[in-house]
Amino acid sequence: MAVVTQPMLSVEEMRATALESRREILKMIFDAGSGHTGGSLSEIDILISLYFGVMRYDPADPKWSGRDRFILSKGHASPGFYVTLARAGYFDPVELGSYRKTDGLLQGHAHPMTPGVEMNSGSLGMGLSFALGHALAGKMDGSDYRVFALLGDGECQEGEVWEAAMSAAHHGADNLTAIIDRNRIQNDRFTDEVMTLEPLADRWRDFGWNVISCDGHEHADVLHALSASNTGGPTVIIADTVKGKGVSFMENNPGFHGRAPTAEEYDAALKELA
Amino acid sequence: MTTNRESAATRETYGRTLLTMAEEHPDIVVLGGDLNVSTFVHLWRDQHPDRFFDFGPAEQNIVGVAAGLAAAGKIPFVSTFSVFGTGRPYDQLRVLVSQPSLNVKLICTHAGILTGEDGMSAHSIEDLSLMCSLPSFSVVTPADAPETEQVIRSAAATHGPLYVRLSRAATPVVHTDGYRFQMGKAETMREGADVSIIACGSLVAPALDAAETLTGQGVQARVINMHTLAPADEAAIISAARETGAIVTAEEHYVHGGLGSVVAGAVARNHPVPIEMVALHGYTSSGPANELMAKNGLTADGVANAALRVIKRK
Repeated sequence: MAVVTQPMLSVEEMRATALESRREILKMIFDAGSGHTGGSLSEIDILISLYFGVMRYDPADPKWSGRDRFILSKGHASPGFYVTLARAGYFDPVELGSYRKTDGLLQGHAHPMTPGVEMNSGSLGMGLSFALGHALAGKMDGSDYRVFALLGDGECQEGEVWEAAMSAAHHGADNLTAIIDRNRIQNDRFTDEVMTLEPLADRWRDFGWNVISCDGHEHADVLHALSASNTGGPTVIIADTVKGKGVSFMENNPGFHGRAPTAEEYDAALKELA
Repeated sequence: MTTNRESAATRETYGRTLLTMAEEHPDIVVLGGDLNVSTFVHLWRDQHPDRFFDFGPAEQNIVGVAAGLAAAGKIPFVSTFSVFGTGRPYDQLRVLVSQPSLNVKLICTHAGILTGEDGMSAHSIEDLSLMCSLPSFSVVTPADAPETEQVIRSAAATHGPLYVRLSRAATPVVHTDGYRFQMGKAETMREGADVSIIACGSLVAPALDAAETLTGQGVQARVINMHTLAPADEAAIISAARETGAIVTAEEHYVHGGLGSVVAGAVARNHPVPIEMVALHGYTSSGPANELMAKNGLTADGVANAALRVIKRK
């Protein structure tokens, strides 16, 4: 019999875990010399809430059929995902040092060769379709697992997201929850400058989804949104976040979407995250 | 010379074969994109609505959902037209299916130029090239209905990504009941020592007819049905090069990236001999399928003439 759930963390413990995770994320990216900093820092509180407050899984049996599924659609933000998986027990935290290294366990974009990773990623817009496949399989099998997909907000400019949104509602995937990391910045610049996403909540609602908004950095708020029951269809949580959250000069700075900190920046960041 | 043969639509054989597999393979799920009558998976849809999902013409999403179903242990069969099932969701096939090697079966109909009158955009002449360039995929072009039936049965029983290329038009039956398809193992349909004709799909029947014609001119042609392009049966190709010294490839596909390229690569790497390629050299227009085949030289005469040319280059 598989472990049904991990020990839950209190909201206070989550806060401490998030601080430590942010330091680990920066260390991974600094050591690798490249990687996606801003989105890893914006998503980490959502991941901690999921893995230590909501999801059931067994790190010793990553493919346990009854597990809840988490699909990282914004696969470039893999450092935040990896530190969470290591803490959850999927692999030795020493492996965090293999991120982006030749023959390392942790690929630049999340790949299922890493225990706990469900989907190959790196091309945007695919995760919701993949998650819907898991959700439909769960319903066919009469299994009660839930499926969570984390999408970037810029990623919602991909057409496939809306193909998946339309079909998830049509096929009644009430076991599917999408979470949008609404940090308002994408690769080049602010999302509003690249392509207008608002009214984002209305757009999802019009596609037949239950829409919940939350503060993506307040664990209690995220947990409340994640525990909200689905009523007859899929649910999307629009999590308001800050890109680069936790490091003053990275926050809301499009320059830190896809680059590593310099040595000086790394030292300054660690001081802020002490 | 053209032999009179019975004809049958491989897409209909596909739909009927799939239907017989439902009990034996409870994990089969079928995904369609609003072309389900044309691809004949409406037979499955009507019998097993709980194991069928329609997504409309949204091919990127169809492949993404199929990958998720496969990761959850299902055996998804995705069916649409070849032009829509390969080019449109190519990135999803690459990232979500090929790279993690998930058990998705992409069974496409209406391949090649046998879609005739529908015109250039409906002519799928690049699909073999696209699919052969995805490392994990097996790529199969059945020659006729009996072979299609065995390919589909094999698909469900074999793990891994698979692309199967079927036609709209009824095509000549070239196999008898005793034939046994083996993935990745080419079928030598006729022995000969002067030249080898390596064909796939709709060009297998013209290749056999060409060999018959060539006999009258004193040429003994080996005919090989290269139904599986990936993984290709390189041993059969190398033997053909070594033992007959000249090769003709024949396919209803663009000359780059399909059967001709697969054969030429194996020959060049192992035992260089002259090769002629009977294939499409660009896009073609609307028109009745048989007229388009003739206009583009995809006929028994076209294959026979290529054989005579390549023998002169020995």
